[in-house]
Amino acid sequence: MTNRQKEIRSTVMYIILVAVGVVMLFPVFWMFLACFKTNNEIFGSLKLLPSSWSFEAFAKGWQTTGTFTYTRYFSNTFLLVVPTVIFTIVSCSLVAYGFARFEFKSKNVLFMVLITTLMLPNSVIIIPRYALFNKLHWLDSYLTYWVPAIFACYPFFVFMMVQFLRGIPKDLDESAYMDGCTSFRCFVQILVPLLKPAIFSAALFQFLWTWNDFFNTNIYINSNSKFPMSLALRMSIDTTSSIQWNQIMAMGLVSILPLIILFFAGQRYFVEGIATTGMKN
Amino acid sequence: MAVKSLDAGVKLRKGHWGKRNRTGLYYVSIWLIGFALFQLYPFITSLYYSFTDYSIFKAPAFVGFKNYVELFTIDPDFMNSMKVTLQYTFITVPGKVILALFIAMLLNKKLKGVNYVRTIYYIPSLLSGSVAVSILWKVLFMNDGFINSLLTAIHLPSIPWLGSTHTALMTICLLEIWQFGSSMVLFLSALKQVPTSLYEAATIDGARKGTVFFKITLPMISSVAFFNIIMQLIQALQNFTSAFVVTNGGPSKATYVLGMKLYTDAFRNFRMGYACATSWIMFAMMLVMTLALFASSKKWVYYDN
Repeated sequence: MTNRQKEIRSTVMYIILVAVGVVMLFPVFWMFLACFKTNNEIFGSLKLLPSSWSFEAFAKGWQTTGTFTYTRYFSNTFLLVVPTVIFTIVSCSLVAYGFARFEFKSKNVLFMVLITTLMLPNSVIIIPRYALFNKLHWLDSYLTYWVPAIFACYPFFVFMMVQFLRGIPKDLDESAYMDGCTSFRCFVQILVPLLKPAIFSAALFQFLWTWNDFFNTNIYINSNSKFPMSLALRMSIDTTSSIQWNQIMAMGLVSILPLIILFFAGQRYFVEGIATTGMKN
Repeated sequence: MAVKSLDAGVKLRKGHWGKRNRTGLYYVSIWLIGFALFQLYPFITSLYYSFTDYSIFKAPAFVGFKNYVELFTIDPDFMNSMKVTLQYTFITVPGKVILALFIAMLLNKKLKGVNYVRTIYYIPSLLSGSVAVSILWKVLFMNDGFINSLLTAIHLPSIPWLGSTHTALMTICLLEIWQFGSSMVLFLSALKQVPTSLYEAATIDGARKGTVFFKITLPMISSVAFFNIIMQLIQALQNFTSAFVVTNGGPSKATYVLGMKLYTDAFRNFRMGYACATSWIMFAMMLVMTLALFASSKKWVYYDN
């Protein structure tokens, strides 16, 4: 292939990549611009830029017409998500440690069970779970998220950390153990620092998935005062009065902003996390 | 003497290790409790409930196969929901996988700025399942929304995306396919692991591009593709959020996927036993598809160890 041909080929490739990139990002970009538009500009118009740049939609959307403002919904979301993430990484890394570094009876069988539960669909267990949480009086509280996280009910992350631990040489923690270190101290002082990338990946993904989750919150959480952002947004398009779409777009944008910031801050861990385990969405 | 002390040493060590190994079980028991309580117990009860008349307000009463019979013979929505869900699955899963693979192959070429492109392509995946994005889709594809304005501007007829039974499901599928980024990252990392020596050998032998793709690239990434397809299938069959938020199952139940039917039966009509039966049919579908994939995998999935 001549240089000229190569040049043409790479140009064509860039054109394809940029074109796809525009399509990929356009909806989010449009959403950003829609926050500054009136309903008339949002619908039946091709105009990209709003006629004026005012942050009114953000202010009004944040206040809402209901009882609670987005201050409440935002803090609810954090209260739901942050403990869930912390519990998940602590419990899942401990369980992964148990699987990756010890030999015990029926370990392989248990690990197979764990892998199988990766494919256990949420829809099948949601109704008995709901009944169970109802009996325990956990419904309409964040315990529905926190307790399963405390008990490492996220096989995906356990699996991810087992994979990662397998890549860390055993000599390191074993020699420490021989020197009389307790197994827990070996884990905390020697393995956790090495496991950091996997822990970050797990934390990021769990944050993302819990933050975006709608199916479960919609079922478990009923009181408006406990709504996370996803439920608040969904409620806002349910009203019968005329909908101010710019306000909804503004709050939608605010709701995804933390995810985008987190993504850019922790990009490396996202990619690594996907690459080590290779699953999920 | 020497032998004895050595023996003692071994014994001591064994005891040491035996204790250590029980410790492993302690760590794993965190998950065992959670698994038993929040996964195994609900899984088994769900099967039991599916044979009962049960709502949260009253105890389950055994009714045999009545729920299943009703679903297949009386329920006006069930067959439709099955059809819609299968359509959704068979459009989004291959759509996403093929697009992800195609883009990953482009990105695998040594081009400048590939990392930025990868980052940008990943952004929609960040928002997967998010209500904000579902609402955005609703607004963009409304009758007088931006997409139709765009079509009108280039002299194409506008399309009632969400208002017509022919296009509503497609519009929701587009939302899903738009989020192909994480599959793409996955394929990209698999492609990077294909040894370049294989490609070099093929070039020396004068293999054509198509041959290289089907004989080298595809087999080498097939195990990644295999797991990706299974996870995608399981997710797609359970889809709920986009159908619920964008179209609310409509119009005329054209997007009334099984996930929505399950939700409505269980949490709106409080027919939980009945909804459990739906969930088990869903589960059976997943099982059949997964087993079929596993059975076929011997033919197309290549494991190098």
